Amino acid sequence: MFENYSDSQVYLAIVLAPLIGSILAGVFNAYISRAVAHTVTIAGVAISFVLALFVFKYFAFDGAPTYNETVYTWLVSDGIRFEIGFMVDNLTSMMLVVVSFVSLMVHLYTIGYMHDDPGYKRFFSYISLFTFSMYMLVMSNNFLQLFFGWEAVGLVSYLLIGFYYKKESAIFANLKAFLVNRVGDFGFILGIAGILMLFNTLDYAEVFAAANSKAGVTIELIPGTQWSMITVICLLLFVGAMGKSAQVPLHVWLPDSMEGPTPISALIHAATMVTAGIFMVTRMSPLFELSETALSFILVIGAITALFMGFLGIIQNDIKRVVAYSTLSQLGYMTVALGASAYSAAVFHLMTHAFFKALLFLAAGSVIIGMHHIQDIRKMGGLKKYMPITYWTSLIGTLALIGFPGLSGFFSKDSIIEAVQLSHLPGATFAYYAVLAGVFVTALYSLRLFFIVFHGEERMDHHTKEHLKESPWVVTVPLVLLAIPSVIIGGLTISSVLYGDYFNGVVFVEEAHNVLGHLKEEFHGPMGMVLHGITATPFILMLAGIAVAWLLYMKNPSVPGKIKQSFSLIYNIMDNKYGFDAFNEKVIAGGTRGIGHLLSKVGDLLIIDGIIVNGSAKTVAWVSGIIRHMQTGYLYHYAFAMILGLIALLVIVVY
Amino acid sequence: METFVFYIFSAFMVLSALMVITVNNPVKAAFFLVLSFFASAAIWLLLEAEFLAIILVIVYVGAVMVLFLFVVMMLDINMAQIKRGFVNNLPLAVAVAIAMFVTIFFVVGGESFSESVFTIPDRHGADYSNVAELGKVLYTDYVYSFEIAAVILLVGIIAAISLTLRRRPNTRHQKIEDQVAVKSKDRLQVVKVDAQPKKYEPAKEEQK
Amino acid sequence: MLSLTHFLVLGAIMFSIAMAGIFINRKNVLILLMCVELMLLAVNTNFIAFSHYLGDSAGQVFVFFILTVAAAEAAIGLAILVVLFRNKRTINVEELDSLKG
Repeated sequence: MFENYSDSQVYLAIVLAPLIGSILAGVFNAYISRAVAHTVTIAGVAISFVLALFVFKYFAFDGAPTYNETVYTWLVSDGIRFEIGFMVDNLTSMMLVVVSFVSLMVHLYTIGYMHDDPGYKRFFSYISLFTFSMYMLVMSNNFLQLFFGWEAVGLVSYLLIGFYYKKESAIFANLKAFLVNRVGDFGFILGIAGILMLFNTLDYAEVFAAANSKAGVTIELIPGTQWSMITVICLLLFVGAMGKSAQVPLHVWLPDSMEGPTPISALIHAATMVTAGIFMVTRMSPLFELSETALSFILVIGAITALFMGFLGIIQNDIKRVVAYSTLSQLGYMTVALGASAYSAAVFHLMTHAFFKALLFLAAGSVIIGMHHIQDIRKMGGLKKYMPITYWTSLIGTLALIGFPGLSGFFSKDSIIEAVQLSHLPGATFAYYAVLAGVFVTALYSLRLFFIVFHGEERMDHHTKEHLKESPWVVTVPLVLLAIPSVIIGGLTISSVLYGDYFNGVVFVEEAHNVLGHLKEEFHGPMGMVLHGITATPFILMLAGIAVAWLLYMKNPSVPGKIKQSFSLIYNIMDNKYGFDAFNEKVIAGGTRGIGHLLSKVGDLLIIDGIIVNGSAKTVAWVSGIIRHMQTGYLYHYAFAMILGLIALLVIVVY
Repeated sequence: METFVFYIFSAFMVLSALMVITVNNPVKAAFFLVLSFFASAAIWLLLEAEFLAIILVIVYVGAVMVLFLFVVMMLDINMAQIKRGFVNNLPLAVAVAIAMFVTIFFVVGGESFSESVFTIPDRHGADYSNVAELGKVLYTDYVYSFEIAAVILLVGIIAAISLTLRRRPNTRHQKIEDQVAVKSKDRLQVVKVDAQPKKYEPAKEEQK
Repeated sequence: MLSLTHFLVLGAIMFSIAMAGIFINRKNVLILLMCVELMLLAVNTNFIAFSHYLGDSAGQVFVFFILTVAAAEAAIGLAILVVLFRNKRTINVEELDSLKG
C-alpha cells in the first residue's frame, strides 16, 4: 500500500490509534484537560479514518488481493491456534470506512453535544474504545478475535448506555442491554464451539475451505433425530446476531438504549454495533449458504422485525424512540436480505443506513440541544424556522430513509425488496409482503415525526422558545457531512457493489439462491433503477404513507387522537410493545428471581443449612442423648456389659 | 491317690469360692477366699509347681489378703444394706455363670485335652528343683519382662501411696525436696556497706 | 487318672463362680475385688496345668508375672476404694453413679 510501511503496520495503526487515544483520555482522565482529551481521541480516530480511506482505495480501486495474516499467536492448544490476526478484503475495507467516518463525525459532534456534561473526557474515552473494538471485530480473521470484538462492543455499549449512571432508568437500560446481548452471545459461543467441534480450527480461511466437505455431517441433538451440523452452527451464530442486531425477540434492549446520550445512539445503535450481526452473517456466507433452514429462519425473523417494529414507531412520542424503532425496522430489512442470500444488498443497505440513520440521530440530538434536553415531540413543533440546517439535513435523512427515488436509501431498500421477491425459500412470500408493507409504515412514522417536530403549531413553552436557536458548528457540520453520502452514495456505488464484482471472493452465494444474479439481468444502471422504481409498488406505498402522514398530522391534527380512542385495544398492545417487556420482566426476570429465591431459601437455608448441616448435628446430639443413658455410672453395669460381650465373642468363636 | 487328693482339694476350692460370693460379711468372705487360695496351692503342688504354690501362699495370702482385711477393717461398712438384693440378681448370675461354663466346657470338655492327646508326664525325680528351673528361664529368656514387672510393682507402690496419702495440716514435716534445692545465696547474702566514721554521740542517760 | 481335662474343668468352674459373684454382689465393692482375685486364680490354675502337661516352664513364668501384676492391681484397687470411701462414705456400688453420662 505504502512504500515505507508494511501492510501489517498500516492495519495495526488503524486499530491502535483509537485505542491509544482512548487509554490516554481514560486513564489520565484526572490529569488532562477537556481540550486535550478530545484532541487526542479525535486525532486517533482521524488517523484511522484517513488510513481506512487509503485501505479502501487500495482494495476497491487498486484491486488488492485479500490480506490474511496473523499478528500474534496467543496460544496453541491441542493443535488449535488462538491468534490475533487481520483479514482485510473489500467487505472489511468498506466497513472500515463506514465505521471510521461515522465515528469521526460523532467525535466531532460530541464536542458540542456533551459540552456541559461533567463526564466529557470519560465519554470520549469510551467512544474511542468502541471504535477500537469495532475495528477488531471487523478486521478479525478468526472466530476468537471476532468474539473478542463482539463482547468488547457489547461492553462499551453497556458503559455508554449507562453513562448517566446516577439515573435509575439508565442503569436499568444498560443492564437490560447487556443481559439480552448475553443471551445472544450464549448462542454465539455455542456456535463457535460447534465450529471448533466440526472444523477443529477457528481460522476463517480454514473453516471456509472445509465448509463444503462438511456439509453432510449430522449431529444427534435430540435422541433419535439427526440435525445437520452446519444448520445448527448457523442457527446458533444467528442467535448471536439476533442479540447484537436486535431482532425479535432479542430486540427489547434497543429502545431502552436511548437512555444513553444521543451521540452514542448514532454511533452504536444505528451505524455500527447493531450492524455487527449483519456483518458477521455476511462474512460467514460460505457457511450459511449450505443451510436453507437457517436462511429461512433468518428471513422470517427479519421480516417480523421489519414490519412489527415499524408499527411501534408510529405511536412513540419520544423523538429518539421513533428513530430507534426505525433502526429496528431497518435492521429487519437487512436481515431479510441476508435470508434471501442477497448478502451484498444487506451490506449495501447497512452502509447507506449507517449514514442516514446516524444523520437522523444526530439531527434529533441537535433538536434536543436546541430544546434544552426536552425529548417529547408533543412539546415541539414548527422548528423549521428556528433550526434551518437541522431542518434541511433532517429532511434529506428522512427522504433517504423512506426510500425516495434517487437518494441512497432508495437504491438499497428497493434492491432488498426485489431480491426477496425472487427468493424461493420457505417464508419468502411472507417476507416479501412484510417488507413491502414496511415501506408504507416507514414513510408513515418518518413523516409523522418530521411534521410534528418541524412543522405545525409551536407547542413549546415560552422560555424554551426564547433560547431556541441553531446548534453550534461542531454539531451542524457533521450533519452536513453525513447528509452528503446519504444523497449520493447509493447511486454512486450500487453498480459495483451489488451488480459488479466488488464482493467476489468475499461473499459466496449458491447458484440456487442467487437472487442478485437474476436481478442483475434487469439492472440498467442507477438512473434506470430510478425510472423503474417510480412505477413500482414500493414507490406507491411510500407516497401513500407520506399522504396519510400529511393528512393526519398536518391537515387534521385531531384525527390521530380519535383513532387512538377507537382502536384503544390495538393501541394498548402496541404501547406495551406487544408484551415483550412484560413477558421478560414477569416470566424471565421474575422466574429467575423466583428460582434464586427458591434455591436460597429452600435449597440453601432449609435443606443444606437446616437439614444437612444443622440437622446432622442435631441428629448426633439426639442420638447421643439416647445413648448416654447406657453410661449409668454403675460399675456392675459396666462389668456386666464386658462379661456379656466376652461371652458373645466366645460363643461366636466356639460355635 | 493323686486323684483322691485332687478331688478333695478341688472340692474345698469350689465350695469356699461359693461361700465367698454368698456370705454377707466381708471378713468372712475374705477368710473363705484365703481357704480357696490354700486349696489351690495344694493343687498346684500336685502339678509340681512348688515354687509358685509357696509364693501363692506367702505373697497372695500373706500380703494381698492381709491388705484386703486391713481395708475391710478401715472401712466402716453398713451391714444392713448389704443383705438386700441378693435374691434379685441370683437368676441372672446363675444364667451367666452357666452360659460361661457351658461355653468353656464345650472347648475343654471333649477329647481334645484328654490323656490320648496330652500324655500324662512322668513325675520328676527327688533332685528336681522347681526354683532352679524357673530361675533358669526367668533370668535369661524373660529377663526383660522381669524388669518390667519390677517397675510395675514400683509404680503400684507410688500410685497407692499417692492416692491415699493424707497430710494433717497441723503437723510439721520436712520437705526434703526444698531442703535439697536450697542454694547458698538463699541463706547467705554478702552486702557491701560503706565505711562511715561513726559520729561520736554522747550516750544518752540510761535509766536504771 | 488325672488328665488335663480335669484341671481345665476345675478352672472353668472357678471362673464361672467368680463371674456369678460379680453379678450377685452389687452392694459390696470389696467382694467384687475378691471375685476378680478368684478369676485370676482360675486362670493361673489353667496355666500351671498346661505348663505341667506340656512340660514347658513358660506357663509357670507367666503365672509368676500374673501374680506380680495381680498384687499391684489389688493394691491400687484397694487404695482407690479407700479414697472412694473417704469421699462417699459408702462402698455400695449402687450409689456410685457420679460418672453417669
